[in-house]
Amino acid sequence: MALATFWFILTAVLWTGFFVLEGFDLGVGMLHTVVARDEAGRRAVINTIGPLWDGNEVWLIVAAAAMFAAFPAWYATMFSGFYLALVVLLVALIVRGVSFEFRGKIDSVRWRRTWDTLLTLGSFFVPLLTGIALGDLLHGVPIGQNEEFAGSFADLFPAYSVFTGITLVLLCLLHGATFITLKTTDQVRRRASLLARRLAPLTALAVLAFLPWTHSTAGKGVLPSIVQLMAVLAVLAATWLVVSGHEGWAFTATTFAMATSVLSLFVDLYPRVMVSSTDPAFSLTVNNSASGAYALKVMSVVAIVLFPVVLAYQGWTYHVFRRRVSSAQFQTAPEQQPGAGPGSSASGE
Amino acid sequence: MSQLDLARLQFAMTSIYHFLFVPVTIGLSSLTALLQTAWHRTGQGDYLRLTRFFGTLMVISIAVGVVTGLVQEFQFGMDWSAYSRTVGDVFGAPLAMEGLAAFFLESTFLGLWLFGWDRLPKRLHLATIWAVAAGGTLSAAFIMAANSWMQHPVGYALDASTGRPQLDDVWALFTNPVFLRGYLHVLLASLVTGAVVMLAVSAWQLRKGAAPDAFGASARLALVVLVPTLLLAMLVGSELGVTEGTYQPMKIAGAEAQWTTCQPCSFSLFQVGGGNNDQTPTKIIAVPHLLSLLATNHWNGKVLGLDQIQSQYRQQFGAGSYVPNIFVQYWSMRVMAYLAVLVLVVGLWGLWAIRRRTLALSHWFQRAAVWVVVLPFLMNTAGWLLTENGRQPWIVQGLQLTRDGVSPSVGTTTVAISILVFLVLYAALAVVAGVLMTRHARGGLAPGPAAADSPVPSLSY
Repeated sequence: MALATFWFILTAVLWTGFFVLEGFDLGVGMLHTVVARDEAGRRAVINTIGPLWDGNEVWLIVAAAAMFAAFPAWYATMFSGFYLALVVLLVALIVRGVSFEFRGKIDSVRWRRTWDTLLTLGSFFVPLLTGIALGDLLHGVPIGQNEEFAGSFADLFPAYSVFTGITLVLLCLLHGATFITLKTTDQVRRRASLLARRLAPLTALAVLAFLPWTHSTAGKGVLPSIVQLMAVLAVLAATWLVVSGHEGWAFTATTFAMATSVLSLFVDLYPRVMVSSTDPAFSLTVNNSASGAYALKVMSVVAIVLFPVVLAYQGWTYHVFRRRVSSAQFQTAPEQQPGAGPGSSASGE
Repeated sequence: MSQLDLARLQFAMTSIYHFLFVPVTIGLSSLTALLQTAWHRTGQGDYLRLTRFFGTLMVISIAVGVVTGLVQEFQFGMDWSAYSRTVGDVFGAPLAMEGLAAFFLESTFLGLWLFGWDRLPKRLHLATIWAVAAGGTLSAAFIMAANSWMQHPVGYALDASTGRPQLDDVWALFTNPVFLRGYLHVLLASLVTGAVVMLAVSAWQLRKGAAPDAFGASARLALVVLVPTLLLAMLVGSELGVTEGTYQPMKIAGAEAQWTTCQPCSFSLFQVGGGNNDQTPTKIIAVPHLLSLLATNHWNGKVLGLDQIQSQYRQQFGAGSYVPNIFVQYWSMRVMAYLAVLVLVVGLWGLWAIRRRTLALSHWFQRAAVWVVVLPFLMNTAGWLLTENGRQPWIVQGLQLTRDGVSPSVGTTTVAISILVFLVLYAALAVVAGVLMTRHARGGLAPGPAAADSPVPSLSY
């Protein structure tokens, strides 16, 4: 296999990993005021992703860095072309990132309300805008012969791309709701479960529309790819498992639904990386945008050595924080609270 | 202003801002790790309370540092797409490695540290804070390797068909003499920054008379780290000057506003006037031989003048001016160096107070130690101005001019909107983070658990 293709796969995996992992904490960010009505409940919900979200977001950073290193032309054209949309995305990421840290630092209702709102908005715009951006890659934007973006701001929002954004927001919402159901207790858990039941059919419909639209936009005909078939199965299974109340399996299914939906876009994109709507001949491809063989080889070695290590310790983190978080833990004395159940000082082995 | 000016302004603004938080993070994470290690070794409750107290400051700093770092990563593509397209083959590699090797490490283990107090065995939990410190230290290595390549490009060959640099020796990036000294200098400067922050907060608390034993201990730790790291930072910085002088003679000549070649060369403490349009400023108190020593490590070393380098470069690279902004060059060097001396004086004063056992009593020292906290931030900023302004007009020394690196598809208005957005957002962030850190720093220690072996509750959001 050519190294450029290997890096395309790795980039697709990084984006998929970002949506699978950050996907549920974006959902948690959007839903935390909906599933929890009081402060103790909200803190419980936010603390389910407390130790995880930062590490999840690194998947986006590394995805962008991988594009820069392996496909400089792709990174250059996309990031300069999507300029203003990326400014909004950055604002959303910044506001969301600091709101976790800041909201609990001052004990005032107004202060927390402000950060709750910013957390919700930030968590909404991140999947919407990254979804639109991924949609744009496949749908195509005006790119000239010189590989430069030649369109306007409005060219970034064709119907297909906007729908991709909406689909990803819905997937994040459902993924977040199944996550909260799995990680909380009592009332919060019940509300999240109820919400997931309502979101599941809607998300399934969106994904079922998104997949053929993706396929036809890419000009790949009517027969779905294997990944798309898996996405159909995953989202239907997710709906059934959510409705029948299998919490663990439901979260597994939304994980698969997210992964296969995002991957199916990249499968249809290959071997192009960014389609030109001006002329297909101007499209950026895996081959015409890749770095040289030596750079790709060096980075492949680094990635093959480090990636499993990263997966191991991130996986271990999920194991350490596998317990449910209960709002009862946050009911009294808001200043110093355990983030965990009682008597568990050596559970991480 | 043109798109180029605005793009440069935006990059300067956002990276200076980003680098207010980075050294605090790197410095404080190592110092916090030391405090927790002290707790682990001695079992004294004060060390635990200090660990959590300074750990919270570190976490606020990390939060802002991480999110503003995203802006830096995106900006290469947004504003400098021609640069990214040209050099991504070489420059992108250390950035991708940084993400894989450092960012994952730092943020994953930060989560484990913050939320793992009652979940992990003590020893393992101690390891997580060291992993956070290692992550920050590693990330600086990769980004400095990338930056050093812009100062002194190595390990590449120009592609025959595209004319773009292509990586052909990755080790060269990490053995680049500019990298070796520049990285060490940044690490030491970060430790200095972290130590000064810790010293200032401790001094504030000592003045209030709160927990004198605990904050006496953290002030001593800060001072013991501060003085040697500052001395080393000055030494390595001076070596870095010699190295950069070899590859970027404009940078060093500009720092002295030295238009004509000299041997031996004196160093002026101050000058009146001067700049790109005033080649005969009034130099005040010229210290003989000092510039020769700083720039070449030799008593009688020769320093090329700006005029001579300019005519050399014109022959080599064609018409145009290759002289950086001399005013910025001259003063950023002095602000950095003079303020470092000031911090050193306060550091030595503190060590002397420790020896005389008057640290908790000397109000003058405590007052000085609180105010000294602004200095490292000014020094760090001046240091970056010196090194980045001194590279101009090149974006990659000798390979690409800054004006050729800017995005061709981006309009002036677009960049202006973006600057405005980040200006407002960053100002708000600065206020909030500043208020939160000050409130926390003034708040004092939380009560710790009574016995060393009783479980420590986790921090939470």
